[in-house]
Order: sequence, then structure tokens, then C-alpha cells
Amino acid sequence: MILPQLFFEFFKTGLFAVGGGLATIPFLQDIGARTGWFSNGDLTTMIAVSESTPGPMGVNMATYVGFETAGLPGAVAATLGLVAPSILVIIVIAGFLQKFRQSKTVDAVFYGLRPASTGLIAVAGLNVALSVLLLAGGEAEHTLPFNWPAILIAAAIFVGLRLKPLKKLHPIAFIGIAAVIGVVFQL
Amino acid sequence: MNIYLDLFLTFAKVGVCTFGGGYAMLPILQREVVEKKGWATDGELTDYFAIGQCTPGIIAVNTATFIGHKHKGVLGGVLATLGVVFPSIVIITIIAAFLSNFAEYPLVRHALAGVNAAVVALIASSVLKLGKSTLKDAVCIVIFLAVVLLAFFAGLSPVLLIVAAGLAGYVVRELLKLELGGNEK
Repeated sequence: MILPQLFFEFFKTGLFAVGGGLATIPFLQDIGARTGWFSNGDLTTMIAVSESTPGPMGVNMATYVGFETAGLPGAVAATLGLVAPSILVIIVIAGFLQKFRQSKTVDAVFYGLRPASTGLIAVAGLNVALSVLLLAGGEAEHTLPFNWPAILIAAAIFVGLRLKPLKKLHPIAFIGIAAVIGVVFQL
Repeated sequence: MNIYLDLFLTFAKVGVCTFGGGYAMLPILQREVVEKKGWATDGELTDYFAIGQCTPGIIAVNTATFIGHKHKGVLGGVLATLGVVFPSIVIITIIAAFLSNFAEYPLVRHALAGVNAAVVALIASSVLKLGKSTLKDAVCIVIFLAVVLLAFFAGLSPVLLIVAAGLAGYVVRELLKLELGGNEK
């Protein structure tokens, strides 16, 4: 009975992995080691594919592992397992919030939470920026470790997002243009 | 359009347009959910990300559940979440079945190098937009700077920082009764 087992393993991952998709990786390594469904090498491939395809990374990885283990039904079972704890926990919290959001105490707590949440998002963005805009060690012995083409693209899009006619474009349009530039200039 | 179908399709669109972790979803959420549909404000998005940081599950799914639930109750939460994961199931299944060395194709690598640079610019722009609605007074700016420094340089856990910031908010607003600026609803 591999489907219930897949659902259960990913339910545990969804329940204990707190944060973004990267937080699921240690849990996936553990699943692979215990069940033998996939090796660490397989997992590396799955992470690479999950990062390079649309969709939140954590969801992509659950789908990939599920598919490799038990085909399409496996992909569905693993993904539903991953999201089930979130749905249950968040619906309870959301219900609570709806009731108490007007209370002065809750409002005071959120007064502190909002700038902190903005700060954490800024740090996450900073980490993404560092990993994309700087070159990995080793390549950079003779030159500065800046990935100039990436910096140029990011700067151009950042400016574009603030210019009147361009800022109406959907974010995916900027992503698409950048992908084409990447292919044309062999980044 | 039926509102439940609208929730599912809108979040499927958010799923298709997200490259990377939950944070890469933010610019798409701002466009689709805040600006186009008006289902949440920028301030509420930061609330959901704050709670999503500290609760089980990945942030992308937590945020989808929150917005769906706020709009149409439990069924709305479930449908928004199914919407956000639906594209992954379709796309990953196709790639896993037919293109197992997908990530190694030069074409994919070059395209992705461009996409990543775009995502950096989109997230930076989103953070500025969020800052405008969440950093309203000196206390907010101090909390923001403290969190950035402690998370980036000291590597403190997001859960710890969120709890501390919530406590700080309570102390400032309820115990010291400082009214420095309005909290946007």
C-alpha cells in the first residue's frame, strides 16, 4: 500500500517543516534513507528540476518524489499529504484571526509583526540576490566576483518596474523577457 | 465567474508564475490578489507571511489557504490551495515522465539564469511596496532594521524574531500606550 504511505510521509513533512520549500529537504533525505524510494543523487536531480520549473519549490519536490515512487497517483498523494497539515492549521488560525482581529491586543501584536515580516522577506530577497548576482567561489580569482550580466538584467527590470508604461506589464512578462535574454546571450 | 472557480484559477495562475520558493510568489500575489482581485491588502499579505513563517507547512501553501479562507471559508481555503499546487502536479509529472535530465539542458540553464535575475528585481520591488504600507513610524522602522540585522548577520531563527516582534508590538501599543501612527486594516 504505497499511496497511503506516501500521503502519510509527506503529511509528516508538511507538519514538521516550518518555513519555505528549502525546509523540506532534510525531511526528504530522511524519507529516502528510510524507505529506499529514492537516493540522495535522485534527490539532487529533483531539487534542480523543482528550482527550474514553475510552482513553489516545496510543492514541486513533493510532486516529483511522489511521481518517481508511484506514478501520477503517487504525485497526487504526496502533494495532498504535504498541503493537508497547512490547510488544517491555517484554517484554525484564520478562524481565530477573524474573530479576534478587531481586539486591541491582537492589533498591537500585528503592529509589531508587520515590520518584522517585511524584514524577513527583505532578508530572503537579499539572500536570493547574493546567490544570483555574485559568482560562486573559484571562478573569481582574477576579477571581482560579480555576475555582471545578471546584475544588468536585474537593474534594468527594477527600473522597468517603476516606469509608467512598463509597470503595467504582468510580472511573468518580465520573467519571460529575462528568460529570452538568458537564452540569446547564453548566460 | 463562479467565485470558487475564480479562486482555483487565480491561484493556479499564481502557481504557474512562481519560480523558486514562497517569496518568489510575493510579486505575483501582489499583482493578482491585491491589485486585480482586491482579495487582500499588502498589509494582510505581510500578516500571512509572518504567520506562515511560524506555522507548519511551506509558506506558499499557507498563504494560499489564508486568502482563500478569508474570502470563502474552509472550501475557499481548500480550493485556493489546490489551485496553487495544480500546475506543479501537471508540469512536474510531464518532466519526470519524459525529460528526466531537464535541469541539465543548456537551453533550460540559460533561460533560468535570466529568470533568476528577474526574480531578484521583482522581489526587491515587492519589498519596497510592502515597506510603504508596513513601515509607518519610527518604531516600525526600528523593528524592521533589527529583524534585518539579526536575521542576516546573526542568523537568528525567523520564528524567534516573529515572536519577539509580536511581543514588542504588544509592549509598545498596549503597555506603553504609544500611538505613533495608524495600523492599516
